[in-house]
Amino acid sequence: MSSILSLSVVISALELGVIYSLVALALYLSYGILNIADLSTDGCFTLGCAVGAQVAIMGHPVLALFAAMAAGVCSGFIMSALQTKLGVEPILAGIIVNTGLYTVNLAVMGFSSNLSIFKTETIYSMCKGLFGPTWYKLAVSIVVVVVICVILAWFLGTRLGLSIRATGDNSDMVRASSINPGLTTTIGLCISGSFTALSGCLIGQYQKACDINLGTGMVTIALASLIIGESLFGRGGVVRHIIGVIAGSCLYRFVMAIALKLHVPPECLKLVSAVIVAVAIAFPYLKQQFALQRRKMASAGAGKAGR
Amino acid sequence: MLKMTGIKKIFNQGTVNEKTALDGISLTVEDGDFATIIGSNGAGKSTLFNCICGSFLPDEGSVYLDEKNITFMPEHKRAVQIGRLFQDPMRGTAPHMTIEENLALAYLRVQKKKNVFSRISASERKMFRERLSWLDMGLEDRMKQPVGLLSGGQRQALTLLMATLIPPKILLLDEHTAALDPATAEKVTELTKRIVEENHLACLMITHNMRSALELGNRTLMMDAGKIIYDISGEEREHMTVSGLLEKFSADTGKELDNDRMLLSRE
Repeated sequence: MSSILSLSVVISALELGVIYSLVALALYLSYGILNIADLSTDGCFTLGCAVGAQVAIMGHPVLALFAAMAAGVCSGFIMSALQTKLGVEPILAGIIVNTGLYTVNLAVMGFSSNLSIFKTETIYSMCKGLFGPTWYKLAVSIVVVVVICVILAWFLGTRLGLSIRATGDNSDMVRASSINPGLTTTIGLCISGSFTALSGCLIGQYQKACDINLGTGMVTIALASLIIGESLFGRGGVVRHIIGVIAGSCLYRFVMAIALKLHVPPECLKLVSAVIVAVAIAFPYLKQQFALQRRKMASAGAGKAGR
Repeated sequence: MLKMTGIKKIFNQGTVNEKTALDGISLTVEDGDFATIIGSNGAGKSTLFNCICGSFLPDEGSVYLDEKNITFMPEHKRAVQIGRLFQDPMRGTAPHMTIEENLALAYLRVQKKKNVFSRISASERKMFRERLSWLDMGLEDRMKQPVGLLSGGQRQALTLLMATLIPPKILLLDEHTAALDPATAEKVTELTKRIVEENHLACLMITHNMRSALELGNRTLMMDAGKIIYDISGEEREHMTVSGLLEKFSADTGKELDNDRMLLSRE
């Protein structure tokens, strides 16, 4: 095992796991809590990366995080406006926004399909001296994600947070509590969008590059992380869920790292992630079926022995 | 006080499935009135409630609450003053949230100064606990548990508590005990009676139990084909029997009362 997982592989898997866990958290909000499959995630991720990269190039790597989040809020707002004001189905709204974002992203990147921020300072390079050369990327990512998680956990316990959680659970009841479900959906999607974009911004600064196709398949990866987290930690309270999401995201990266070490060609990685998602979703069902089969076999065996 | 004038609602207008659900209903319910509503299947009882709550808008007519026209007010805005319970105990609560969180949401309905970023305070927790103990179901010790773990009766009692945490102007009960076992139904009915009396609420209750339709409250409405065909209160109601009510129905409409569930509770 040690030959497969060297320290540097473990660290880089953790780094990516922690950064991408923000997208999984965004999906926890939109899919897990609000029960909306947000297909604009892919475009929103690239949007965050592109906006963040541009602001970093201007010399403000920290401001870039907030700029990216603001861009994510805009994307989430348009997505929710399509649903709550114009009556577009959530899945369609996601596809529409995602399609539109492709052009927007290109425009942000100055109508070029990639953008290098190799020579500019990033939040990672700023903190290199603080945490040491081996751990600084992981440390910075963890700090950002922990801050976000603490805020999210606190927020979901406030009245507004409770209303958002209830919207996905029972929107009849939300209306009966004199809360406009359209408003809570909008706020939820805006927050979710800001998390996705923040994740994109971090990845951009981490890789020191931005590519128009960066976000492709992001929704699948985040869904996999979310579901792995749920199968590991159960569907308990908010805090447990958040921890589960981050653990799921890291575990997913470990599986990918192992796949790479086992010489799976990089072109096949998307297939690997699709398989992981399918297995993660099917796992609870298969476990149940397996238990049932065993009981059937046992009773058949007992029947024979009795005869 | 609730006032409805000339309410008309037609579903699927202009198609072969056209159905007049409410046919020019006018109704006034005073504060402190507890009216029970009976009627055959498809008489428009639930549609009447949907019009009061704003789940859908009437085609004609107006709805007033305390002299204020609320005909076109969005559903969530009216909810401040209207409490509603459904037959399905699952509809009134959010199953994945705890009892405490559900109560906090219901309480949010009536708070004047809403600070959306405030969390459930210790004093609120104490108040919720006190109210829950009132139900006498042991729920006060399970406040951190998700509502999904409660039985149907417990959920319905909780919903009733949530709807009346701060008394609404009118309480609408849509067969809210029908899905419960007899003992629990009895308990929820008792609770309803107590809450309505103590808070002097205006209340409309749809029921299929003819006996409780006459026993509970001070007024009984009978509906058929989108109309209120019979409205009794006072002495006339006191002397009314279940069979008298059934006779009255067939005399007025020329048909038998055909609510499939109602026949079970004739006695």
